[in-house]
Amino acid sequence: MTQKGAMSQQRRPDIRPGRLTAEDYAAHFADHVPPLTEAQAVLEASRCLYCFDAPCMQACPTRIDVPSFIKRIAEDNVRGAAEAILRANPLGGFCARDCPTEVLCEEVCVRNVQQGRPVAIGRLQRFAVDGLMASADNQIFERAPPSGRRVAVVGAGPAGLACAHALARSGHAVTLYDARPKAGGLNEYGVATYKTTDNYAQREVEWLLALGGITLQCGWTLASVEQFEALRREHDAVFLGLGLADTHQLDVAGETLTGVADAVDFISTLRQATDPGTVPVGRRVVVIGGGMTAVDAAVQSKLLGAERVDIVYRRGPEHMGASREEQELALTRGVIIQHWLAPLEVLGEGGSVRAVRFARQRLVGGRLAPTGEECVLEADMVLKAIGQRLGNSVLPECGVTLRDGRIAVDESGRTNVSGVWAGGDCIAEGQDLTVDAVAHGLRAARDIDLRLRGAGAPAAK
Amino acid sequence: MARLDIEFCGIRSPNPFWLASAPPTDKAYNVERAFEAGWGGVVWKTLAEAGPPLVNVNGPRYGALLTADRSLIGFNNIELITDRDLDTNLEEIAAVKRRWPDRAVVVSLMVPCQEDSWKAILPRVEDTGCDGIELNFGCPHGMSERGMGSAVGQVPEYIRMVTAWCKRYTRMPVIVKLTPNITDIRFPARAAKEGGADAVSLINTINSIMGVDPDTLTMTPAVGGQGTHGGYCGPAVKPIALNMVAEIARDPQTAGMPISGIGGIGSWRDALEFIALGAGSIQVCTAAMVFGFKIVQDMVSGLSAYLDAKRLTSVEELRGRALPSVTDWSFLDLNRISKAVIDQEKCIACGRCHIACEDTAHQAITSTKNGRRHFEVKEEECVGCNLCVNVCPVTGCITLRDLAPGEIDRRTGIAVSARRLDWTAHPNNPLRTGV
Repeated sequence: MTQKGAMSQQRRPDIRPGRLTAEDYAAHFADHVPPLTEAQAVLEASRCLYCFDAPCMQACPTRIDVPSFIKRIAEDNVRGAAEAILRANPLGGFCARDCPTEVLCEEVCVRNVQQGRPVAIGRLQRFAVDGLMASADNQIFERAPPSGRRVAVVGAGPAGLACAHALARSGHAVTLYDARPKAGGLNEYGVATYKTTDNYAQREVEWLLALGGITLQCGWTLASVEQFEALRREHDAVFLGLGLADTHQLDVAGETLTGVADAVDFISTLRQATDPGTVPVGRRVVVIGGGMTAVDAAVQSKLLGAERVDIVYRRGPEHMGASREEQELALTRGVIIQHWLAPLEVLGEGGSVRAVRFARQRLVGGRLAPTGEECVLEADMVLKAIGQRLGNSVLPECGVTLRDGRIAVDESGRTNVSGVWAGGDCIAEGQDLTVDAVAHGLRAARDIDLRLRGAGAPAAK
Repeated sequence: MARLDIEFCGIRSPNPFWLASAPPTDKAYNVERAFEAGWGGVVWKTLAEAGPPLVNVNGPRYGALLTADRSLIGFNNIELITDRDLDTNLEEIAAVKRRWPDRAVVVSLMVPCQEDSWKAILPRVEDTGCDGIELNFGCPHGMSERGMGSAVGQVPEYIRMVTAWCKRYTRMPVIVKLTPNITDIRFPARAAKEGGADAVSLINTINSIMGVDPDTLTMTPAVGGQGTHGGYCGPAVKPIALNMVAEIARDPQTAGMPISGIGGIGSWRDALEFIALGAGSIQVCTAAMVFGFKIVQDMVSGLSAYLDAKRLTSVEELRGRALPSVTDWSFLDLNRISKAVIDQEKCIACGRCHIACEDTAHQAITSTKNGRRHFEVKEEECVGCNLCVNVCPVTGCITLRDLAPGEIDRRTGIAVSARRLDWTAHPNNPLRTGV
């Protein structure tokens, strides 16, 4: 597996777009899990046992009533099914595409025990929500009468969207701020293209905003204490769903060479490209990291036509943040996953990357230690996917307490600053999952609504 | 190898599986194919008296109740008796019987309730060389509006009268086919016997409407926007048919009269059940209409293997073997106590048993134990009702355990008695007779 590079003087980094035909791109970036047909959905729905106190429901961070929505599909009541989903999770359509269901609802499905195969909850959820979205009257929510209260939601990712939507339903006036040109956060910029085809993230945002009561303001960054204080002054509550703006660095030599990039930027560029054929990719790509971002970057590199793609992770397969299914997806797409290798140096030539040198690792007393062995992987492109960080230096200045580099909140999502809540990846318990972010947003919205109505007031339906 | 051939009220066939009088036995083409596939006999689709043939609808004649994967549970039809000319049918019957002398060919008949009508048709049928006749007193749709079919089968006096005419005008065995659209099947069966019937066959189909189209709010199946009740059959009607067969088989007034069992039979196990409750031959229609004639080979294979495994040498040896287990509620032993047992190794923890028991029965199954999801029977509440067994999705996971005499019933705190006690002798029964 070690590739000692005998570099010739003529060698140039091979990074370019258009490696494949238009047909290849279309096929590669189509839905990687195709939607169920109606016949498939009804048949799959009939496998659900309608469990008492269903384990799948308990496993869902947003507590979607899975047995009920599935029974409604079986009974040809797709609208009712979608309603059961969206009342619990207004981003249920996106979660149906993005959730690692194999470690959530589907992992605990009792059909695993009996039949070795869970009910395809994620695909059924998509069937229901897509069915509603495609219908003539796809709004199922009505806003409560205006409360006269104003709430600022900072960050239009899944946490912010969920929070804003719930608050708007309760009759509050929400201003939703985001630094990027489009709302959606990681749903729009961070998730692999083949998981959310047909511009789904934006269609979902449009559906959420169509409820009314939410004013979206893009291109707005929280960059000063004055802005923060103005938000608090001008609103009755503030929700921070900032996400993580910065990435961890390798901190090795050669990291600034041309051809070394953040995986999240690569994924984002691809998501925003109208034609994947315009996105440059290396002939040989090395992705460093072990989470879902690493898998998304590696698989998409391969789909863009990279000849050889390696995911290199410093620990073993069982330690990877990417689920077993994600790892298998990478392997079946031709990605090579290498374990127990930590980067030592990015090697360059003429200002461009040509290889990465790694030190083999092993566990000594539970801690990583080099074995002394090294190897070099040739690369035209190196994508870093070793995690993200808050990347907002203003928050501490605003008096917001952080824990482990992220915002500290209580069980209701409250920060230490009065009138300020937070959720999603930017809080200490953030887990990088859309569905967790949605749950955080909804949790905070419930608490904000209670606060704004005064303790003891009934929550809006 | 056990013998599968039977003799049923004097009619011989190489196996007990006959095709019932219905579309599959409408004409020689179908019947030839059925015999080639291995059917032991057929009851030819019901003939009408000479004259202009009947007219069927040319829209949907069938409707079905399906599972999610479109397995057929129930089936319904509004097809009438034969819409072909009498002479054509008789010629084909004669030809088929000549070609297949070892197979049973029974001819179903339905003519008006007038002695002359029966007197006219019977000799012509007998001339075909067929093995017997079946009187269609069961068809619940269309013909009943004209005073035939189930309109006859619902009036025991008519059954007795027409059966007697048939016995007078033909020497062929007479099988009377009964309608289930009555309150007590024993009365028409007794009437058939009193009329001299050689056998009864049952059940015919049950009055039914398959559904309503939610878009058009039209009943289904409908012809040109309107429908009519049809005859219901298929797997869903089997329990109704089994009960009626057993009722006749154990009625002292009809016991011993040959019974041809019909109703939802599609496998050797279905056939076994009818035979064990007293049927001497088996008639099949819906299963053949779903899967084609080849299924008879699977039924023959299964029944043959079963008889061998049970060391039974013939179908006749199996006949009626389960009948002694059928009795009236009054004679059930009220001293027997059963408790449900959940096999924790097989339990997949879906909780269906719990919620069924908790919401609708006896609150006798836990949902948690030591704070964890766990389903276990609370014997102090369990009455042994079997609901949990029936709703459990795992075969053999929940069973009923019979308490041994002397064992304490934790629900009542009383030891199980070894003595038999039924309602007729129960102390709570003010009209008790026994001790």
